[in-house]
Amino acid sequence: MSLIKLNAVSKYYESAGENVPALKDVDLKVEAGGFVAIMGPSGSGKSTLLNILGGLSHPSAGEFIVDGISIYGLKSEKLADFRREYIGFVFQAFQLIPYLTVMENVMLPLTIIRGLNGRQKELAAQVLDKVGLASKARRLPNQLSGGEQERVAIARALVNNPPIILADEPTGNLDSNTGNEIMALLEKLNADGQTIIMVTHNPENAAFARGTIYLKDGRIQG
Amino acid sequence: MRLHNISLNNLRRRGGKTAFLIIGLLIGISTVVTLIALTRAMEADIGKKLDELGANILIVPRSRDLALNYGGMQLSGVALDMRPLHQGDLARIATIKNSENLSIVAPKLIAVARINKKEDALLAGVLFSEELRLKKWWKIAPAVPEMKTMTHGEGDGAMSHSSSEGNDGGGKRAYLIRDALTETDLLAGAAVAQHLRLREGQELDIRGQKFRVRGILEETGSQDDTLIFADLNRVQKVMGKPGELSLIEVAAFCNTCPIEDMVKQISAVLPGAKVTAVKQAVESRLETVRHFKRFSLGISAVVLLIGSLIVFTTMMASVNERTREIGIFRAIGFRKVHVVRIILLEALVVGFLAGVFGYLAGVGMSRLTLPVFLPGQGIAVRWDAGMALGAIAISITLGLLASIYPALRAARLDPAESLRAI
Repeated sequence: MSLIKLNAVSKYYESAGENVPALKDVDLKVEAGGFVAIMGPSGSGKSTLLNILGGLSHPSAGEFIVDGISIYGLKSEKLADFRREYIGFVFQAFQLIPYLTVMENVMLPLTIIRGLNGRQKELAAQVLDKVGLASKARRLPNQLSGGEQERVAIARALVNNPPIILADEPTGNLDSNTGNEIMALLEKLNADGQTIIMVTHNPENAAFARGTIYLKDGRIQG
Repeated sequence: MRLHNISLNNLRRRGGKTAFLIIGLLIGISTVVTLIALTRAMEADIGKKLDELGANILIVPRSRDLALNYGGMQLSGVALDMRPLHQGDLARIATIKNSENLSIVAPKLIAVARINKKEDALLAGVLFSEELRLKKWWKIAPAVPEMKTMTHGEGDGAMSHSSSEGNDGGGKRAYLIRDALTETDLLAGAAVAQHLRLREGQELDIRGQKFRVRGILEETGSQDDTLIFADLNRVQKVMGKPGELSLIEVAAFCNTCPIEDMVKQISAVLPGAKVTAVKQAVESRLETVRHFKRFSLGISAVVLLIGSLIVFTTMMASVNERTREIGIFRAIGFRKVHVVRIILLEALVVGFLAGVFGYLAGVGMSRLTLPVFLPGQGIAVRWDAGMALGAIAISITLGLLASIYPALRAARLDPAESLRAI
């Protein structure tokens, strides 16, 4: 059974009294452990698709199913729970909380999970070790390089062990060498069984994925 | 890590804005504390002064037969079933629960006495030390030279009115000479002095005993104008009523004690007496105090409203600035309630700090300004745990109330929209 299923998902935005389509009848299946790259030109609907996959934006039509659950049938707070339990976000430009240390940023998703008080640090230390930043746990984000900040963002996405990682242009703000290191890290995580869906403009990054879908004018091409 | 760590770290990181928030609320709280402290001090001062201005409790013997009027109160005359008040009753009054509220206890024996074997007059035996404290408005009329030609007897010139001490353009304040009065001295009310043509220094014969007129009181418009005041013990002896009293006037600090309670307590220790609160005096004192309270409450409410508006606008601005952050929190699974909790926790900390520092600043300010408002009164503003807790509670409550809408607004932000603000 597919971990993720999109059935005829459409999304319209209202602009000047008209419905402007962002996604049209998108069907998609991603198996557990898959690594999918979403490519397409600007305005093709990549970010809209990622928001729907992340439980952040209700589709105008169609169904989004994860693990057999119709996600947008859930109420607002249950949808938040879904994001916490199923999704790990790696945002473009890292998006770390500047007043929290590396360790605290990584622990952030754990602060709202009950019964983990004693294990928060242990779990965060494990993932920081996994991304190679164990020695910088006490630093603030602005004391790290771009590549290191991206690793912290990945560690934060991984810390509560979600089944799905959604990455939005994870190398967009990095030089090519650092970008390659990050992609290698994502590839390794996928090899360990992590499901990853990544939005990218870069064909070299897409090459790390096991499958690529192309979006144009809100439709999947080919 | 818990949610409060996020709140505390944010407050620390935005030190300048946090300080601005705290100062906004602190100004309100410190102003309230200052006003309350000053008002309390003024209340105490006014209460003290008012409490010393005349009696507010009158004690007379219980009797069905009332013959004499004093200050609007009927006094017992010669009723057979009457148990007169006695000197020992003064000691009993001192045993009541609220005895610390007793300011002045002024006993009196009032009787009709023949003056110089010619005319009858009302003679009041009083303890001058208490009576003159009770009636600080009494003034000794300046000696009128013409009177010397009109009156009989010899003057000794013992009284001098040349001193400016205690003069308010008229006579000398009588309480200034209270320690100089002897048991043979008399003070005569204006009306009786005019009727009997009394003059200062004149010697009088009352039932064979010699007295000397030490001063003529200026007109008061009260029953005092018709009385001749002399030492209580001597009057008791002269009238053959040792230890007996006609009435007791009490000035109580009713500011800190319900006067009715004291009336009940005195009634309990003096079962044979009729104890009455002079309501008019009490009410006028309380009304003055109420005016002060209303004034300070009004000012406090305005200042607190301004403080709350500062917190509200700053919190709203903070939420707008933190849209991105809130989007991240929501994207990684924070519920709306978690976002509300983070913002309200910040408001709680700000409110607490503003309360603590506001109280300290308020006490400091009131200590600095009190000498300006009440110079030379020696009234101190003391640390008050109750007021400190109250200041902190009000500050926290206002901080939370002013932050509820910004917190709810933050929680209602659409996560996808918030992330688009990145």
